Amino acid sequence: MVFLLAIVTGILTTAGVYMILRRSFVRVILGLAFIGHAANLLIFTVGRITEGKAAFVTEGLSSITEPFADPLPQALILTAIVIGFGVQAFLIVLFKQNYKSIGSDDLDDMNTTDKLGQ
Amino acid sequence: MMKVLAILPVLIPFFAAILTLFFGKRIFAQRVIFSVSSGLVLLVSFFLLEHAFNTGIFSFQAGGWDAPFGISFVVDKLSAIMIAISGLMAFASSFYAFATIDKEREKFGFYTLLSTLFMGINGSFLTGDIFNLYVWFEVMLMSSFVLIALGGTKPQLEGAVKYVTLNLISSTFFLIAVGILYGMAGTLNMADLAVKIPAHPEGWLTTTVALLFLIAFGIKSAVFPLFFWLPASYHTPPAVVSAVFAGMLTKVGVYAMIRVFTLIFSNNPEITHSVILVIAGFTMLVGVLGAAAQNDIRRILSFHIVSQIGYMIMGLGLNSPIAVAGAVFYIIHHIIVKTNLFLIGGVIKEIRGTYSLEKLGGVYKAYPLLGLLFLIPALSLAGIPPLSGFWAKFSLVKAGLESEAWFITALSLFVSILTLYSMMKIWNEVFWKDTPPEFDVTDRYSEFSVSKKVLLIAPAVGLAIVTIVIGFYTAPFFDAASSSASELLNKTGYIESVLRLK
Repeated sequence: MVFLLAIVTGILTTAGVYMILRRSFVRVILGLAFIGHAANLLIFTVGRITEGKAAFVTEGLSSITEPFADPLPQALILTAIVIGFGVQAFLIVLFKQNYKSIGSDDLDDMNTTDKLGQ
Repeated sequence: MMKVLAILPVLIPFFAAILTLFFGKRIFAQRVIFSVSSGLVLLVSFFLLEHAFNTGIFSFQAGGWDAPFGISFVVDKLSAIMIAISGLMAFASSFYAFATIDKEREKFGFYTLLSTLFMGINGSFLTGDIFNLYVWFEVMLMSSFVLIALGGTKPQLEGAVKYVTLNLISSTFFLIAVGILYGMAGTLNMADLAVKIPAHPEGWLTTTVALLFLIAFGIKSAVFPLFFWLPASYHTPPAVVSAVFAGMLTKVGVYAMIRVFTLIFSNNPEITHSVILVIAGFTMLVGVLGAAAQNDIRRILSFHIVSQIGYMIMGLGLNSPIAVAGAVFYIIHHIIVKTNLFLIGGVIKEIRGTYSLEKLGGVYKAYPLLGLLFLIPALSLAGIPPLSGFWAKFSLVKAGLESEAWFITALSLFVSILTLYSMMKIWNEVFWKDTPPEFDVTDRYSEFSVSKKVLLIAPAVGLAIVTIVIGFYTAPFFDAASSSASELLNKTGYIESVLRLK
């Protein structure tokens, strides 16, 4: 399972980097999303996956018995997903506004900031 | 009592943000709320400073779960200093915002966003939990994303794209590093990490994670070769926004770097701190050379931020008590001076309507006092005695000589000459040369109302006075920096305070 997740994380990262390096707006957004998901999967994998053992104390016992699934990485990922979702929504609107003002979806056409003050 | 005080720098901007939302279109009320709230943060920070320097490190656990399980908030000397400066910057820039920000932006939640921005900044300074630091970074970044794009002019939108994309990549690196760190140590509390990470059997993994953090914070604090987003975006938003960004945001990255590399990753300095030192050298030089090629006041100043960040992390890289003290003192000096330069640049733009060196000229003839006001932070930035920048550079050079790091010390002196060249370039082009006849100059200063004039100039004058005070009355400020440096390098106090070992 860990091996499989590691492969998927690697593929997502590769695809993300490739997409970010493209010049089209949409691909950059997708690339950032891919890399974000790769990071989430990585936390999930690094947090040691335990199948079918929720972190509950069994009735009659006073403490939890090993092994159990660590709930903290999942909480971290949830936080990261929520933040990532908000940021991506903002990104899409931002790129759309840019598309309106530049009239193309090529990142190379974004050179107004460099020409300012010349 | 102290518990409440320690959380107030986060809570005050939070409630200010909510309150401003209630006053949707009533701008005056929003202005009052923002100004009062930032004044209150400044006031609270004095209590925090008093406690941090007289009693020691204060820490408490939000939610009542003991460390390392709960989320810790820690007020040590460095945090208290940073909170005080952030309060001062919010307070000073609030007046400037009243005079310069247009009604549309104000109605669109400008003060709400500025409040949440300072909430994120203050949270980053106070937290003692590495994942919580990530969350505060995101709070800060989200507000800054909207602030930089607010208004929607073409350069702003394009600057925002560059700013947002690279900062998101940095956040991803941060998240990955935090994930691996949790996998290694099973904890996220920084004090607990400071105990467990140096004892971790796989040293190479520690170094890898340390360098991942260096990339994440390096993008945020705009170091070589990760700084390209900064000069591409900081000159696009309104003057007050770029002044706050220039002063505070990159320094949050530097703060995080100092915190992480003194507390958690301090056991393998041959690799990590050498890398930091090399980066510092390149950052200083490339930033200042980039500035020399620019023809826009704010773009020159933006490149100088990059160059100055190099000095701060040079202090971190040298890793001796006096070097870290120099870095902390440099942050104090730099935030005030840099914000002030951007504010004065904004004043020139308000008067003459442009930032372009080519189109400006003769400002000294028309406004000699404004010229003087510019010279104070400009010369301080270059490190001319007796202003604050001189002492900041002096302590770093002294630290460099003591550590026998000849090359970086020589480089830092060379870069400060180039900094002086850049400042003199602005001085010559904007203030000294005659107004270029081929450009139509409209001088709008006489049209301004008295209140606008006061609000425009007062923050710059106030910050210039602070610069002079730090310059002439250096001892207490430097003592504060050096005692916070010794606290940073001797981490047992921090660990004992958070984990309640005493």
